[in-house]
Amino acid sequence: MIIITPDEFKRVSQATREDGRAPDEIRPLKIEAGILERADGSSYLELGDNKILAAVYGPREAQIKRLQRPDRAVIRCRYNMAPFSVKERKRPGPDRRSVEISKITAEALRPALILERFPRSVIDVFIEVLEAEGGTRCAGITAASVALADAGMPMKDMVVACAAGKVNGRIVLDLSEEEDKRGEADMPVAILPRKKEITLLQSDGNLTQEEFKEALDLAIKGCLKINKIQKEALKKKYGE
Amino acid sequence: MDIVPEIIRENIINLINKKERADGRALYEFRKMFIETGVITKAEGSARVKLGNTQLLVGIKPQIGEPFPDTPNMGIIITNSELLPMASPTFEPGPPDERSIELSRVVDRCIRESNMLNLEKLCIVESSSVWLLFIDLHIIDYDGNLFDAAVLATVAALRDTKLPTAKIEEDEIILDYENPQPLPLEDMALMCTFAKIGDQMILDPSLDEEEILTARLSIGMRPDGTICAMQKGGEGSLTKDDILKAIDITKRRIPQLMEELDKTIPQTR
Repeated sequence: MIIITPDEFKRVSQATREDGRAPDEIRPLKIEAGILERADGSSYLELGDNKILAAVYGPREAQIKRLQRPDRAVIRCRYNMAPFSVKERKRPGPDRRSVEISKITAEALRPALILERFPRSVIDVFIEVLEAEGGTRCAGITAASVALADAGMPMKDMVVACAAGKVNGRIVLDLSEEEDKRGEADMPVAILPRKKEITLLQSDGNLTQEEFKEALDLAIKGCLKINKIQKEALKKKYGE
Repeated sequence: MDIVPEIIRENIINLINKKERADGRALYEFRKMFIETGVITKAEGSARVKLGNTQLLVGIKPQIGEPFPDTPNMGIIITNSELLPMASPTFEPGPPDERSIELSRVVDRCIRESNMLNLEKLCIVESSSVWLLFIDLHIIDYDGNLFDAAVLATVAALRDTKLPTAKIEEDEIILDYENPQPLPLEDMALMCTFAKIGDQMILDPSLDEEEILTARLSIGMRPDGTICAMQKGGEGSLTKDDILKAIDITKRRIPQLMEELDKTIPQTR
């Protein structure tokens, strides 16, 4: 039997969120483009205590023949968590959760890419969660989009993701790990910011129709804020 | 395998025969190093190391588990590495391949055999509970010589590691996270890797040099000059003189690596 000395029982205040944020406030966000040497494109993102690395290879020849499409490239995504990224060490290798996230990430990024330019090739997107603190799938999509742009992929728009959810009966933006665990609902959303088209939508928990609408609007608002920082990261690397 | 064009191969060999290198280094010179520790808040110890353009992260996670029956009073270290597909176009996703397993085993051997980590002090209750330390190597950018970078990062991460103190009260283990203690570390061992190209041994091969080497030699050494681990690789052979020369240079380079470690930038946590 292992007992852990309690130091983590914090009281949830009603007025503000546990970490002092306003309901429509995202955690501190930092994005850097082009930080790896070998990859064709890369980015590093910190959102609160989340630390995420994204890298892109391609368009390159599809090694696996059955993946090839004669008229366009295919996008493959691998979302992976480092064993040391969470409190209890995660066993290396894909689990069911990361396989699902990999799939929906590829689908969230796909609408932005002009894949028809590269028939028979593959674009690989690798997302490494170095440290996880809630909202890694959204942070991964946001980082991957910057890495794709850094790789020079022709894109119709960036893709940007942010979650909204319900915690203590209130609709809030960008849930932390604690809020996600304790909250009533979590809803990750990815959009193409220019036309506000939605490319990823998941929801986990109970929301009324009104709450859903409020959460969706809030998530889109969050995405637009994050999109500005994405663009700044690219401008910083490449100039105006 | 990366393919090195014939013209680059010839260029590298010609230069090395003249005791020069493509990137302007001397034959026994390391690339520029950068070490940062405490980079992962959720890990009990962590480090990021850059050696030239090779870059990796190491995270240390402890768990409490049962000791091996033949060493009932010793903690356990488990070293794993992931050659992430983001690090090189030649790395594939999937279970660790032979390169990855060789890397983690050589790093493990260098740490373990140097006795830098006193495993007896990681015992909590003999025969039942000991600390298991997971050392996870996460390779994010591959530009040659993972061995030296990985050992350096592992040692830096171990130096950064703090474990909660474990007390025993009424047959129960109580973990105190308020007063974490650094690991019981003694003399540290570090590693120097050489490549044989043409007739020369060169230190810290870059990726291009690694691809054309005929033989590779990694030497783990403690500051007192004791050799604690060795690994020969590559398809070619080494002469006894090559090996003795490499040992001699390793001995001269270890203090430099120790200095780099002491320059480590600890991130505030």
